[in-house]
Amino acid sequence: MPEDKEFKVIGTRPIRHDGIDKVTGRAAYGADIHFPDMLHGKVLRSPYAHARIKSIDISKASSHPAVKCIITSDDLPLVEDTITELGETVINLKYLSDNILASDKALYKGHPVAAVAATDPYAAEEAINMIEVDYEILEPVLDVRQAMEPDAPVLHESLKTESMGKGEDQSQNVASHSQRKHGDLEAGFAAADIIVERDFSTATIHQGYIETHNATAQYNEDGELTVWCSTQGAFGVRDQLSKILKMPVSKIKVVPMEIGGGFGGKVQVYIKPIAALLAMKTRKPVKMTMTRTEVFEGTGPAPGSYIRVKLGADKTGKITAAEAHLIFEAGAYPGSAVGAGSLCIFAPYKIDNLQIDGYDVVLNKPKSSAYRAPGAPNACFASECVIDEICQKLDMDPIEFRLINGAKEGDRRCDGPIYPKIGYLETVEAAQQHGHYAESIDKTPNGKLRGRGVASGFWMNGGGRSSVTINVNADGRINLIEGSTDIGGTRASIAMQAAEVLGLSSEDIMPAVVDTDSVGYTGVTGGSRTTFATGIAAINAAENIRAQMIGVVANHWELKPSDVKFKDGTFLAQKNGEELQMTFKEVAAVAGGPLVGSVTASPGGAGNGFATHIVDLEVDSETGKVDILRYTAIQDVGRAIHPSYAEGQVEGGVAQGVGWALSEGYLYNDEGHMTNASFLDYRMPTSYDLPSIETVLVEVPNPGHPYGVRGAGEVPLVPPLAAIANAVSRAIGVRMTELPMSPDRVLEAMGSI
Amino acid sequence: MQAFEYVAAKSISEAIDLLSERGDQARILSGGTDLIVQVREKRRSLELMVDVKQIPEVNEISHSSADGLVLGASTPCYKIYNDPDIKSAYPGLIDAVSIIGGIQVQGRASVGGNLCNASPAADSTPALIVLDATCVIAGPSGTREVAAKDFCTAPGQTTMENGEFLTSIKIPTPDTNSSSFYLRFIPRNEMDIAVVGAGASVVLDESHKSFVSAHVALGAVAPTPLYAEEASNLLSGQEISDEIINQAAEAAQAIARPISDMRGTANQRKHLVGVLTRRALNGAVNRVKETK
Amino acid sequence: MSKKTHVQTEINGEGIEFLCEPRQSLLEVLRDELHLTGAKEGCNNGNCGACTVLMGDRIVNSCIVLGVEAEGEKIETIEGIATSEGLHPIQQKFLEHAALQCGICTPGFIVSSKALLEQNPTPSEEDVRFWLAGNLCRCTGYHKIVEAVMDAAKALNTEVADNA
Repeated sequence: MPEDKEFKVIGTRPIRHDGIDKVTGRAAYGADIHFPDMLHGKVLRSPYAHARIKSIDISKASSHPAVKCIITSDDLPLVEDTITELGETVINLKYLSDNILASDKALYKGHPVAAVAATDPYAAEEAINMIEVDYEILEPVLDVRQAMEPDAPVLHESLKTESMGKGEDQSQNVASHSQRKHGDLEAGFAAADIIVERDFSTATIHQGYIETHNATAQYNEDGELTVWCSTQGAFGVRDQLSKILKMPVSKIKVVPMEIGGGFGGKVQVYIKPIAALLAMKTRKPVKMTMTRTEVFEGTGPAPGSYIRVKLGADKTGKITAAEAHLIFEAGAYPGSAVGAGSLCIFAPYKIDNLQIDGYDVVLNKPKSSAYRAPGAPNACFASECVIDEICQKLDMDPIEFRLINGAKEGDRRCDGPIYPKIGYLETVEAAQQHGHYAESIDKTPNGKLRGRGVASGFWMNGGGRSSVTINVNADGRINLIEGSTDIGGTRASIAMQAAEVLGLSSEDIMPAVVDTDSVGYTGVTGGSRTTFATGIAAINAAENIRAQMIGVVANHWELKPSDVKFKDGTFLAQKNGEELQMTFKEVAAVAGGPLVGSVTASPGGAGNGFATHIVDLEVDSETGKVDILRYTAIQDVGRAIHPSYAEGQVEGGVAQGVGWALSEGYLYNDEGHMTNASFLDYRMPTSYDLPSIETVLVEVPNPGHPYGVRGAGEVPLVPPLAAIANAVSRAIGVRMTELPMSPDRVLEAMGSI
Repeated sequence: MQAFEYVAAKSISEAIDLLSERGDQARILSGGTDLIVQVREKRRSLELMVDVKQIPEVNEISHSSADGLVLGASTPCYKIYNDPDIKSAYPGLIDAVSIIGGIQVQGRASVGGNLCNASPAADSTPALIVLDATCVIAGPSGTREVAAKDFCTAPGQTTMENGEFLTSIKIPTPDTNSSSFYLRFIPRNEMDIAVVGAGASVVLDESHKSFVSAHVALGAVAPTPLYAEEASNLLSGQEISDEIINQAAEAAQAIARPISDMRGTANQRKHLVGVLTRRALNGAVNRVKETK
Repeated sequence: MSKKTHVQTEINGEGIEFLCEPRQSLLEVLRDELHLTGAKEGCNNGNCGACTVLMGDRIVNSCIVLGVEAEGEKIETIEGIATSEGLHPIQQKFLEHAALQCGICTPGFIVSSKALLEQNPTPSEEDVRFWLAGNLCRCTGYHKIVEAVMDAAKALNTEVADNA
């Protein structure tokens, strides 16, 4: 990417501010915390996928000398049947609480049933095994289509389908049915020269963050609760704790430690309320960490899904009609990302006639959670594969097809909004012009089959509230206080935006991510909102500081503030024919006191993100093994503040997509137990499974941000599933519709086994 | 993890005494990469781990004309693949130890441990079988030897009795015009347990156009690693050709009795036995042709 | 709780003693007894490499080494990589190449990479990817990590050449 002369700092690649701590092992993550008198908490989890809890006997466990406290759901306050916000999704508070500690039923293997605090972690483990639970085992349901059958085991007697905003009568597992409709579907299909209809399925998938969940809680004698934890949103944790524990928000302080990955999975709370309750009862700090198995079984994976897509196009390649049915696993409680999937599924295209039905279905698996563009990878896997098949049938170049049908400013998205300035077609054009696409892909003679796949993706991106405080020090360096936990380099991208406003360098900014007592409300680091929204808050705070400094300078020069200009980091004025100037740092030195600027912002205009990916791969026809040869990911990021960290988001999302497409997926036995709950058999790509990933950052600036930023973090995971499936399908000559495309499935598709 | 005791044995006889005394509640600790995980995940319970890494005979590599290679059972993988003599004489063994579990695991894991863990999918076992390896077992009644192909008796079980443990593995000096090869199929490119493993060793004639003899062994397709006797025998004296190698592959498939589990299906495994047997045999043949 | 063993070992060049139960892994000892929290627990079964340390000159998963096995060994952790002179070139290159996002896997990668470059000062990209296959990263897709290690190899070889 060419150096941007327009900006001094934006577009450069300074060393991130927390970098040295992270490469030396000094950075403090949640599990690194240590208090001398701390207790260790451990959770007892249901061994059954579906069971009524008849009784819990803690007497034996209580007699263990190292045990200080045991809790069950009886120790949680009763909460209301209300919807509460949770980052990119919402959840019913009753369900959120029930998920912390099961009340009358265990709804998935791993569902917490009780918890213990003991003086050492081994004792805690022994103690939970001494708790006696009387379960009445019930039949589990593990497939959403089976869960929709009228005779399926019912998870929640009180759950009735909400269909198009109206409640229905029958209790069952379909939590909701939504529909989006536009134009005349029948006429649209009638006008088609070619129609393709396919069914697709995807497995339950985990975000796979390397750091497991953790929480350490301490409750003071004055009623103040402090929780140190790994989280994507400290204020969100505070809200959830407040509602679950029925405590005032202001009595809870959440201290976000460094976070070892989240991808949407560290927004909802799991063990934090448990640690808090144990701390409240023992009046000692209680530390809890999850094991990897607990993470797989007891947190929030991305939903498995069944999706049917039917697309019609005329012989010029114009889409005439589109129809989709999406059935998503909600897990044990309602609230999958089927809504978001429904709105993303055809988003890159201008389509006049369409209908999208989405079903949110509960079943005996952990409650699903957000994973990087939640719902969209599933949905676009299906739609982009059908598009590819139509291209093959029309003998049309898939890039050409996208140029014909691609959406642009002024077109209506399938769920209603008119697109503002977007950069989808720019990503398609960049793909068309890229050297990768120009190279032909040959089938090689030695038993390997090669194929190329193309796919596009969309994510709407979020805004949301962020607060920032800037303090100017006497030497002109500034503290930037913010509440957005730094998962991928956002300390740097936010600091750089403030630096740009003030004409400072990135090294002059000292960003700090602080706790909920120390900064104004700030939403989650998620929804691709952080560089955008916290960036705007930082820009506004910097402008506030700049205005204050103009006042200081004016005073210093005995002029009016309106006489002072600011350009390229320098304050300028004319006085008595003389040119006066002072740098930012010189002004700070004469300010006579700290300058403080605090801002809270909830900006609209987030700016949608689009991407187009190209992948070449090779299939070993004797083993079904797929090897990725070359991957090019092209994404409109609006403006790359720190290009390395924008590229990092793309590269990371692509790698996750490779895993989702080829090797990852929850495996269940008939009893509803996940059989591969470890990194040995839940197979995420290693460095040896991937080639170098070429990233092209297209910049179609977003009018909603002063520097044009669009969220970049989530779009990257949307195209890879279909891009890879399309490449495999073209390589072997058979349409792949089931993920993961494990080697045995490829062999089956080829008819070899 | 349950509490247990730990002793670093200083001699073979000390280890034997401890094992005899505690029976199935004591277990040898070599690299620990299987054992520690099993105890932690409650798949095995024990009272005592007997660390053998300080017993010289169990950790040394030596070569002699009588015994060929004598490999201390507790020698970690990395020492094996960094040994130039083993690399040139037994490339099939090097293939296997270079892919067990990743570099960190290879810093600790040993071939002896891999054998004694007796997973049907162990990578080193098929390689040892085709190299005619012998397991040297020490116990209260003295020392005895068992062919590698007879060492594992069931998943997680070996032929060793109470008080016995594996001290070394002997691999005969290879013939001229011979080589060996091991490969496995896994869903990723590293870090996975073998879906199917296949080892082959071949002795060719001077012209490199015919087999004098060959051995084929399979992993992960039966309760124990398998020596494919018929496949091996039918290659003796035969001219090297795709047809004869295919026949051997089919014979290997015939003895495979794979199951379906979370790592692969039975059909897939049966199919892969054919593919990997061909690739292992061709690999070994090509190695003879390239190096001599 | 069973009786603790007294262990004497060397960590980052310093003689260290500690008490631990046999069941405590080296990772637990480093983190909970010695408060060297740079090595991380990601899986506790040897499949992610977040706990990687050097024992002798070999990288190992400290989650599947017992604390008692540290007796008489020379151990190097992430905390010992930088010196009073400054960051190791690998650490510097990780920063320059933005080879980290959340940073949780970074200590493990740096220790593993250091061992690689000591064993093989001129690795190919494939050598690097194979060596690092035991270190999982979920954020970066490995692209910038591999670039950083290749660049660190160049920097170290230049240093050697300069000092020769």
